[in-house]
Amino acid sequence: MNILVCISSVPDTTSKINFTDNNTKFDSHGIQFVINPYDEFGLTRAMILKESTDGKVTVITVGDTTVEPVMRKALAIGANDAVRINMVPVDSYSVALEISNYIKQNNFDIIIAGRESIDYNGGAVPAMIAEMTDLPFVNACIGLEIDGDNAKLVREIDGGKEMISCSLPMVLGGQKGLVLESDLRIPNMRGIMQSRTKPLSVLEPTSSNTYSSTVSFAKPEEKGSCKLVDASNVPELVNLLHNEAKVI
Amino acid sequence: MSVLVYTESWGGNFRKSTFEAVSYASETAKLLGTNLVAVSLEEVSDDELLKLGSYGASKVISVPLINKGDSQSASKVISKFSSDAAVIIFSGTHTARMIAPRLSVKLSSACIGNVISLSESSDIVVKRKSFSNKAIEEVQSNTEKTILCIAPNSFGLLENNVDCVIENSDFSETGSLSFDGQETSIGKVSISEAAVVVSAGRGLKGPENWGMIEELADVLGAATACSKPVSDIGWRPHSEHVGQTGKPVTADLYIAIGISGAIQHLAGVNSSKVMVAINTDPEAPFFKAADYGIIGDAFEVVPKLIEAFKKLKH
Repeated sequence: MNILVCISSVPDTTSKINFTDNNTKFDSHGIQFVINPYDEFGLTRAMILKESTDGKVTVITVGDTTVEPVMRKALAIGANDAVRINMVPVDSYSVALEISNYIKQNNFDIIIAGRESIDYNGGAVPAMIAEMTDLPFVNACIGLEIDGDNAKLVREIDGGKEMISCSLPMVLGGQKGLVLESDLRIPNMRGIMQSRTKPLSVLEPTSSNTYSSTVSFAKPEEKGSCKLVDASNVPELVNLLHNEAKVI
Repeated sequence: MSVLVYTESWGGNFRKSTFEAVSYASETAKLLGTNLVAVSLEEVSDDELLKLGSYGASKVISVPLINKGDSQSASKVISKFSSDAAVIIFSGTHTARMIAPRLSVKLSSACIGNVISLSESSDIVVKRKSFSNKAIEEVQSNTEKTILCIAPNSFGLLENNVDCVIENSDFSETGSLSFDGQETSIGKVSISEAAVVVSAGRGLKGPENWGMIEELADVLGAATACSKPVSDIGWRPHSEHVGQTGKPVTADLYIAIGISGAIQHLAGVNSSKVMVAINTDPEAPFFKAADYGIIGDAFEVVPKLIEAFKKLKH
């Protein structure tokens, strides 16, 4: 089974976010980058699939050389090879276009992406890839079983879940549930050594089209100070929520 | 020219997030000086369809034969009705966000998600949540048509009664997915739609102590949620995990009990209007983000809180 996993290099979840160039660009200074958590669940599911089907896992990302450490990590976890499209992403469309062009030139049985990235949170790339390659798509996937050419999937819906089946190839947007947090793999020394010699090919982008662009960034307004209520006077909190905040 | 809105239904009923999208779309239509047209998929009764008129839709196109989870067919049918549309509005549900990007490829139009503000002119420029709520990004569309997905609970409901007509479409399409059923927790408030969310963390010491959290939620008609460590160790189901990599919370009131307030947790919940922290540790970071707080033992504070809310509700 030939599996493509789309990964994104994103600031670690504990990062404080700042902007530069007159608040028009993300300031990556001092930021630790990681595999987007939603993608890591998909990558881990892909590794398990690879092992049970004697398959192959390719990871792909769109970015400049700064994303390579995260790609090497994916290789250390066990991906067979990696592809980097040499372009700084501008919008979801430009990213999806490059990845779908790669998919059209190669044969994959399943394309696994994360539901969204925790940096720009566009949440549009996986569905756009599905449309550009004319493949079926399931988002917010919390379960995946493959039987031959068929996939059985579970997707999260508001207040529950939905069971779906689909024939391969297909595209899915994954999240926790594809595997558990405890299933995530930490690269071992052997994996790290091997990752240095595994192929990481760099392809040039095919287009510079974009559909939208960032005007500026701002930080959310700071909250005012916290009003503390004494633990011996709990009804006062209820009073404040009712009469001052008016949320109850 | 028109504004189009996709109106999502579940079991034949529209939800708050749908009416919110219609409210937003109606304001956009006013800005552009045009009408608002709604597209509804799956079987929905005329009575329910006409409710869209209360929020400003002057026409609703009902397409009962299309399953909304089949994004290939859903985007195809919506594109059929989009030729005249300058702006197309979606809510921010997982399902809407499967359809909207596909539609944007079909229409060669920008697709902007997590939107929290109206555009001020017909050149569409909107604010959206970015970096997991740690930033607000202003984005402009560079295409003739623009697709916007609205962040839940960011705009609210705006009543705006207009006469609404129903147009039925017998468009059908056999998609490549087969749907094998749904499981929903009946009678439970979902985290994304709840006005109040009661959430607890490791401070509760064990899953056996969640009774009082559920009771508090019950009194308030609230949804229950939990922190990431709690779902990771299996005290609570993953579907309750809120925070940066879990479900986002945009409630009117978020009550955090025994949750220290790591930056990842706060990022996922700080879009709530009012936040309350209850924690034994006065140094807990949550007190820096919360509007109200009690430094105290959850096992003493929560039962008193339940009593006080019960009194208020009577």
